[in-house]
Amino acid sequence: MNARGQYIAFRAILIKEVLRFTRIWIQTILPPMITTALYFLIFGRLIGSQIGDVHGYHYMQYIVPGLILMAVITNSYANVVSSFFSAKFQRNIEEMLVAPVPNYLIMLGFIGGGLARGLSVGVAVTIVAMLFTPIPLYNLWVAISVLILTSMLFSLGGLINAIYAKNFDHVSIVPTFVLTPLTYLGGVFYSVSMLPPFWQQVSLANPILYMVNAFRYGLLGVTDVHLGVAYLAIIGFIVALFSFALFLLNRGQGIRS
Amino acid sequence: MPRPHHSILVRRTVTIAPFNLPFPGPQINIMASALSIQQLGKTYKNGVTALHGIDLEVAQGDFFALLGPNGAGKSTTIGIVSSLVNKTSGKVSVFGHDLDTELAAAKACIGLVPQEFNFNVFEPVVEVLVNQAGYYGVPRRLAFERAERYLNQLGLWDKRHEQARDLSGGMKRRLMIARALVHEPRLLILDEPTAGVDIEIRHSMWNFLVDINKAGTTIILTTHYLEEAERLCRNIAIIDHGRIVENTNMRQLLNRMDTYTLVLDLAQTLAAAPTLEGFTTHLVDDHTLEVEITRNTNINSLFTALSAQDIAVVSLRNKTNRLEELFIRLVGNKAEAA
Repeated sequence: MNARGQYIAFRAILIKEVLRFTRIWIQTILPPMITTALYFLIFGRLIGSQIGDVHGYHYMQYIVPGLILMAVITNSYANVVSSFFSAKFQRNIEEMLVAPVPNYLIMLGFIGGGLARGLSVGVAVTIVAMLFTPIPLYNLWVAISVLILTSMLFSLGGLINAIYAKNFDHVSIVPTFVLTPLTYLGGVFYSVSMLPPFWQQVSLANPILYMVNAFRYGLLGVTDVHLGVAYLAIIGFIVALFSFALFLLNRGQGIRS
Repeated sequence: MPRPHHSILVRRTVTIAPFNLPFPGPQINIMASALSIQQLGKTYKNGVTALHGIDLEVAQGDFFALLGPNGAGKSTTIGIVSSLVNKTSGKVSVFGHDLDTELAAAKACIGLVPQEFNFNVFEPVVEVLVNQAGYYGVPRRLAFERAERYLNQLGLWDKRHEQARDLSGGMKRRLMIARALVHEPRLLILDEPTAGVDIEIRHSMWNFLVDINKAGTTIILTTHYLEEAERLCRNIAIIDHGRIVENTNMRQLLNRMDTYTLVLDLAQTLAAAPTLEGFTTHLVDDHTLEVEITRNTNINSLFTALSAQDIAVVSLRNKTNRLEELFIRLVGNKAEAA
């Protein structure tokens, strides 16, 4: 397949993925908007008013970056894991496997779908957040690049989860028992500087902490971690997970007998 | 506005429009291989060996039947050719493209209609086709044009906006055929394409497949309906326990039938099977007599013998289709069906 053919194949997968989540927007776009509105109402307005300022920002403003990123992470992951696993489950993944489309393009198509949903939800959640509090923008490029890279990273995570998943329980185990705890403990609702020194060190082992803080730097200009380390960690994870996912697809893990 | 078309959904006017594809003229070259399989072996991770080094050649332009009982290795063979199953050993090439070294080129030549429905049931019908065309690098506008053409030809155009899950079983089968054709493959592999399809539509699908074969597409067919294989296919391979037990021309195979059985419905009751010189008889029930007849025997002599014993025949039929009888002999009585 030549370069034009590959572009057409990639576009076909991407369009299919985008149509999939937009067709069911009530399940994919609306829930994170409602959830985030509730977070702002409860943690921001009701409880946040008792907390005071964090790093010079009202608590509600301080949690905005983390909540946006949390929605992006969750939805990027959920989009790819559910789409790829249901393609395996219904066996329509075979439509791609019998076609001359290379595995890396299949990956990029699914990642593109995760990215599209992650960013769509990110924009929707940002609009909801703006109803509660003004959102500063300290560095647009940092904010956008961290958003895109994080979405890509968790799309890849969802893909690997889906490749290994053999039933619907396997699809929900990682988000429930790994992703959600790491996200909540990744400094979404607090600054790690508020923690005792031991837990500060423990928190540094959580990769989501770097993403949340890098994005917070993009919007608010404050961070608990060094920006360079954050980018290095995110890009490093992307390279590692991309290579691993491609290895799995080339081997036919979970999709070829 | 939808183009007028003959639909196979309309009863009594069962027609699938002739296949007017832009094939570059008749490509039937009986000497060259559309599919070449050499010493193909497959052992699954659970230790089950599905294929024991089979050899198979399918000529370009052929309409080829691959038959065998359940679990014989047909679907494994098709899976390997279409690269859904990893082979353990051997070589496969499609129109000269080796699966090991020119996988993408080989894949581009193949259209697969699998046994199980494997489209996204939540996608609209037209999107199933357009997406599939896209995976083969067909531009989106052309993909829509082809989708319209094939959905019309297969009587599904009116259903184009419906989710695939809302189609009937027969429509789903036709959707899979349309999907397999949308990138205009040179080799079409059909794994039980008419399973669960009523007789009327099945006959229309046969005509449709004959048309696309005449237009130059090589077809490999597996089917449970041996009448289908006998009627459509020129060459045949029978696989059993992972080995090719027969690979020949359909006519030559059928000529090997040395006997066949007629079932006679009798006007009167019989207490025992009559003795008829030159024929073997078996009384199924008091009104039904089976008579085994040697090939090339003049059956007028059967009726003469029956008349001599005052046995009147109301009607008669073949006990089984000829290929079915041969098939059962070749793979043993354990075979449930092809």
